[in-house]
Amino acid sequence: MEQLAFYVLAFVAIISALFMITRINPVHSALWMLLTFFAVAGIFVQLNAEFIAAIQVLVYAGAILVLYLFVVMLLNPKSRGFIKVPVRYTLGTLMAIVVVIQIFATLRSTNVIGKQGTITPEVMKESGNVFLFGKELFSTYLVPFEVSSILLLVAMIGAIALAKKD
Amino acid sequence: MLLQHYLILSAVLFGIGITGVLIRRNLIVMFMSMELMLNAVNINMAAFSKYLHAMSGQIFIVFIMCVAAAEAAVGLALIISLFRNKQTINADEFNLMSK
Repeated sequence: MEQLAFYVLAFVAIISALFMITRINPVHSALWMLLTFFAVAGIFVQLNAEFIAAIQVLVYAGAILVLYLFVVMLLNPKSRGFIKVPVRYTLGTLMAIVVVIQIFATLRSTNVIGKQGTITPEVMKESGNVFLFGKELFSTYLVPFEVSSILLLVAMIGAIALAKKD
Repeated sequence: MLLQHYLILSAVLFGIGITGVLIRRNLIVMFMSMELMLNAVNINMAAFSKYLHAMSGQIFIVFIMCVAAAEAAVGLALIISLFRNKQTINADEFNLMSK
């Protein structure tokens, strides 16, 4: 059952990602990206990261995707048909395939399992994902958390400053 | 389920993201492909978090999402101001330096 769910989610994610990069119309691309994000959220649920799955749907599928759709519809760029540079397609795809093969080679030649932590699935089941997540975020990673809030503030001011008419 | 399954899925999604950035000239779709790559990295983080019984992977996902949101906001603002100057979002037409 778990395997079946994984394969279905992975299939949906990969196919919709492929559709995303091949559609000419950016609105179609954005909607395929939405499907990819939902599939990835399902993968997160499988990985005992329920809170991350919820955040994925809220932030990516909710906020970022709407931002993309807003910009696409605001600019309304004319579709210029299919780009007629087949050399770029072949070279780009080839380069990406080389990178993926490198990653696969690294996976095969390395032992990916390292030092085990303390949060076993039993502990996770007992305390709950959100409890453990919050405890870790607000104790060990408190300073990075505050820094990331400053990053978001700077990004917000920067976005307003860049996009406003002068 | 093996850890490798998740890592391979993540690598494939990352490769699709790289392909999208390399073959497309539409700035918005290039940005979407970058978001896809960040998502692939997130899958890696969550998988290692589960299989190494540690929580830090999931914390880092939140930071990556934070950076992704900031990047999307600033990047789309840049695209808007580029469009205002050139009336296009085709990456090939921003070639002032090469003229």
